[in-house]
Amino acid sequence: MSGTELLYSALRAPDKIHSMQRIIERLCHNYQRPVRIMEVCGGHTHTIVKYGLDQLVPEQVRFVHGPGCPVCVLPQHRIDAALQLAAMPDTILVTLGDMLKIPGTQSSLQQARATGGDIRVVYSPLDALTIAQKNPEHRVIYFAIGFETTAPMTALLIEQAQQQKLANLFFHINHVLIPPAMEMILSTPECSVDAFIAPGHVSVITGSDIFTPIARRFQKPLVISGFEPMDIMASVERILHQLNHNEAKVENTYSRSVTSQGNRKAQRLMERYFEPRATFLWRGIGAIPQSALQFRTEFADIDAEVRFAEHCPAPAPESGHGCICGSILTGQAHPQECPLFAKQCTPTNPQGSCMVSNEGACSAYYKYRRDQ
Amino acid sequence: MCLAIPSQITSIDAETDMATVDTMGVSRTANLGLIDEKVSVGDWVLVHVGIAMTQIDEKEARQTLELYEQMIKADMENEAV
Repeated sequence: MSGTELLYSALRAPDKIHSMQRIIERLCHNYQRPVRIMEVCGGHTHTIVKYGLDQLVPEQVRFVHGPGCPVCVLPQHRIDAALQLAAMPDTILVTLGDMLKIPGTQSSLQQARATGGDIRVVYSPLDALTIAQKNPEHRVIYFAIGFETTAPMTALLIEQAQQQKLANLFFHINHVLIPPAMEMILSTPECSVDAFIAPGHVSVITGSDIFTPIARRFQKPLVISGFEPMDIMASVERILHQLNHNEAKVENTYSRSVTSQGNRKAQRLMERYFEPRATFLWRGIGAIPQSALQFRTEFADIDAEVRFAEHCPAPAPESGHGCICGSILTGQAHPQECPLFAKQCTPTNPQGSCMVSNEGACSAYYKYRRDQ
Repeated sequence: MCLAIPSQITSIDAETDMATVDTMGVSRTANLGLIDEKVSVGDWVLVHVGIAMTQIDEKEARQTLELYEQMIKADMENEAV
């Protein structure tokens, strides 16, 4: 079997998916109430909705979509900081594409760019090096976003900028961490999540062991999954198997990419530059302790939050748009239950963050389900 | 955001620590700065925002598929009984 067959086609084969569907049906046919399985990665949300896996599994299995999109959970005051930084004279703001459309209090980066702001979208964080080299008379600020998956890529950029002694490159760090958010969701009294499909690419970096304390403390099965339909179906099978045997442990169906210890080189690089923040505000959810990264104090000279502190507003109450992103991000509501869904709120005119990013749950439902 | 795509290495420039990879038929570059182990042309890596985040273990991938086959086979035998 070629690599392409092994990593793509074999994991999308309809006959195998249907066989797994029958196994799942047999495992849960006598359930008195539905099992609620939360995924906390936007990539999983998309696989589930794109391949219709939520319609393939029996009604005893419900997928609920968690805060799996780092752009969606970024609060308005952080977007406002990006806007204010971009408005400084002789400044270029560099970021990844997902950031452009997300609304701050007054406008978005896309609107700021249309009115003359120098805001550049890059494919890779490392592209910021070239921009800084080519524009020595400008301040270049890299606005860093993403979960544990992307934080080491920012750390690699910082390392290379330091090696090249680039004096005009600064960083605004918005990296958020998934395990504290999962603990927050499980700690709320109204939480009805029975198990997690744990994020595959976060786990590539962190390793699967990072989730063991959550499985133990909250007694929930937790299965790390890949992103092909067969990966998700097999992870559901593993979860039901655990529930039927009264188990609550971490399993890994994505062992082709995830080890128990993760990518140690990436972890070391992150630890060199970053430390956990005391607390971070998640859009729609609220403050979560130790749920994001910040620069260590010795890197204050390249930390945009320190260097340009007057342009970085403090956390403030969010101005609501009438959308229910908060309930959607915590798995208590479905995108189609929002009164704005596919009406006032669409991908071209998003009102809430879950519609903004391609990986948001509302965006996935708009793309694949809006006519249903 | 956390999108990472399996890609096969087609060439490596050891000096810059950069690889050319084939991602579903598209040729792209990928930085190898986060990969600790030695990778070679023909190996598969997961590429996220232009940076390889891990080597994909083909042996594990095969074992996972075999495990699924066994589960399906066992289930069909159960059903037959």
